[in-house]
Amino acid sequence: MHNSSVATANHEVHDNPALLHHFATAEQQKDAASLGMWLFLVTEVMFFGGMFCAYLVYRYKYFGDFGSASQQLSIKLGAINTAVLICSSLTVVLAVRAAQLGKRTVLVFWLLATIVLGLVFLGIKADEYAEKFEKHHVPGPSFHYHELLPGQAGLPPADRRYANPSHAEMYFSLYFAMTGMHALHMIIGVGLFSFLTYFAWRGKYTPGYYTPIENAGLYWHFVDIVWIYLFPLLYLIDRHR
Amino acid sequence: MATAVVETGERETYLNREYGIKSWLLTVDHKRIALLYLIGITFFFFVGGFFALLVRLELLTPAGDLVQADTYNKLFTMHGQVMVFFFLIPAIPAVLGNFLIPIMIGAKDLAFPRINLLSWYLYIIGGCLMAYTILAGGVDTGWTFYTPLSTEFLKTNVITAALAVFVSGFSSIFTGLNFIVTIHRMRAPGMTWNRLPLFVWAHYATSIIQVLGTPVVAIAIVLVALERLFHLGIFNPALGGDPLLFQHLFWFYSHPAVYIMILPGMGIVSEIVCCFSRKRVFGYQAMAMAVLGIAVVGFLVWAHHMFVAGISVYAALIFSLLSYFVAVPSAIKVFNWTATMYKGSITYQTPMIYAFGFIGLFTIGGLTGLFLACLGVDVHVTDTYFVVAHFHYIMVGGTIMAYMGGMHFWWPKISGKLYPEFWGKLSAMIVFIGFNLTFFPQFILGYMGMPRRYWDYSKAPEFQILNVLSTAGASVLAVGYLMPMIYFLWSMRYGKPAPDNPWNAAGLEWMIPSPPSTFNFDEQPVVTWEAYNYDEIKEEVPVAQ
Repeated sequence: MHNSSVATANHEVHDNPALLHHFATAEQQKDAASLGMWLFLVTEVMFFGGMFCAYLVYRYKYFGDFGSASQQLSIKLGAINTAVLICSSLTVVLAVRAAQLGKRTVLVFWLLATIVLGLVFLGIKADEYAEKFEKHHVPGPSFHYHELLPGQAGLPPADRRYANPSHAEMYFSLYFAMTGMHALHMIIGVGLFSFLTYFAWRGKYTPGYYTPIENAGLYWHFVDIVWIYLFPLLYLIDRHR
Repeated sequence: MATAVVETGERETYLNREYGIKSWLLTVDHKRIALLYLIGITFFFFVGGFFALLVRLELLTPAGDLVQADTYNKLFTMHGQVMVFFFLIPAIPAVLGNFLIPIMIGAKDLAFPRINLLSWYLYIIGGCLMAYTILAGGVDTGWTFYTPLSTEFLKTNVITAALAVFVSGFSSIFTGLNFIVTIHRMRAPGMTWNRLPLFVWAHYATSIIQVLGTPVVAIAIVLVALERLFHLGIFNPALGGDPLLFQHLFWFYSHPAVYIMILPGMGIVSEIVCCFSRKRVFGYQAMAMAVLGIAVVGFLVWAHHMFVAGISVYAALIFSLLSYFVAVPSAIKVFNWTATMYKGSITYQTPMIYAFGFIGLFTIGGLTGLFLACLGVDVHVTDTYFVVAHFHYIMVGGTIMAYMGGMHFWWPKISGKLYPEFWGKLSAMIVFIGFNLTFFPQFILGYMGMPRRYWDYSKAPEFQILNVLSTAGASVLAVGYLMPMIYFLWSMRYGKPAPDNPWNAAGLEWMIPSPPSTFNFDEQPVVTWEAYNYDEIKEEVPVAQ
């Protein structure tokens, strides 16, 4: 039988408790986990991509109405949140570095800092949502919108043109869908980091094994980047004039 | 390698290592998970088939007499959704791919065994939601969820059906992700990319589509559900939305999804054709690149489903041209299988008969696809039975033929038992005859102008004779599908023990015992040979048992 041509390589003797049985080496395991995470992020890009596609279509079709509705958002809050998220990306990087160096308390500190920044972001976002509810800018039966199109405020009252409410509602539909999906990812991220903090405190991560910290960091950076796109697309329409 | 003759009940295998329900429901062994999938997939295959039989029974007579129009809408919708999302898409990758990919590349398991189990649970949760949808009265959107019909006008369980598709979509994403990482990172020493079996290449291409396409349909379906729940207007023209946008997002996935169904089938057929011709595959690299080519070009053709939906004529021209391009790699596959068989030492065992069926039926399905890619013809036959016949030739004639062929080919490895070859051959013949009897008349019906999705054609009674043929064929097909289920189950208890390599086939999976042990290989294999090295194997395929 040609079976005889099967040569064999000796099993590596390993004593790393984090190494799962079906991997030959810790390096192979880390490479697999990291490739898996990148692929997952690819699926996330495609997932958000569908919504960005819908956004672009309607922004192109109803540009004036989108500009008007965009002015209802607070640039100040959006900018603060952008800064908060960028800072949280820094704290994640510092956490990964601490894990690489095996500094347990430093690692826990930066993980907690990331969680706090994530919660600050979500708090500000919740405040923005609450304001939309008060102003009846949430799509649905109680939606109400009566605002000028951009650039109309200087005209005599009789000449002023108003935004089409159903197109503004489309803007807010997309606003809630996109930022809502983003916030959901933030919540999942905060939950993820809570688990990691617990395990980090227990000393599970060593310079030889910190893949979960690194991969959670990749996820967090991705969620940040989504916001980096959402902020100009949703808050800054028509502000460049 | 020391692989002693199997002595039943003595050697430890993945099947007898542990017993009890918990050892199955919490397993992370890719082989056990494959069997778990097999149970779910078989169940949904017969559920979907049941709806198909009701549809065919209704069409036996021109009058709409068996069911009401609304019921008929539900029947074809649930037939489509169950078959597409819960049978065709997961069938080959989740059962045979799951079982074989790690073994074929010389690994102990997939890269992420727990995510593999999670995939199965997501599939089952999605399946339960689908079952709930069916039991709670069904859904009648058509399998495509077209808006604004699905978001505004229907009163049925659209949201649970959408959720079912969404959840099972993540099962598909995680399976694809797992396969890609496994194929990249877990190959045995010496198993280079150019030595991978084409089955593995086909799953690699499939996984790319699953990873890139499925999230897009997921978000489209989420938006449909949100639109229904909160009366958003994203796809509703009455509120300024655009239904064409939904169709674009939907078909961006659902056209490549056709390749999720057919590419793994092509992988199976490559394995079978080589084994039963005793030859190395003709044009290995062309075959590997062809599956990747189909996956890539397949992403650029989606709008050919929308030629009459009101897209611009220039867009239609480009999508028509790109659709023709899919024919090139597809033709490479068919020609190379044929060239592999040329002057081969062919034996006609059950898997090979299924593979022959696949090649013939896929060719007919593919060529009629070219008719549909042609703008002028497409306008004439859109939404007729011509389209129905075309895609059933690909999905049933292609995918299910290959799936059945693969199940027969690897059943001795999976179960450790031989199935009765006589009954296998008989079932393959019955499926082939029943299939053609069911669907060939539908080409003619469609060309004559019978529209799809109508439950009553009493204004055109001349269609009846072809419909009767089709319904008769469906009954024959049902017999052909029930037979393997019966004799596979029978063989698990009464079948003869299978030798390690019942076909004298090439490939790592045939060098380990049947059924394999839990970790597949006792020692890390090192690959020193090319795929399909049949010139080095002197033995022929054993004569039918």
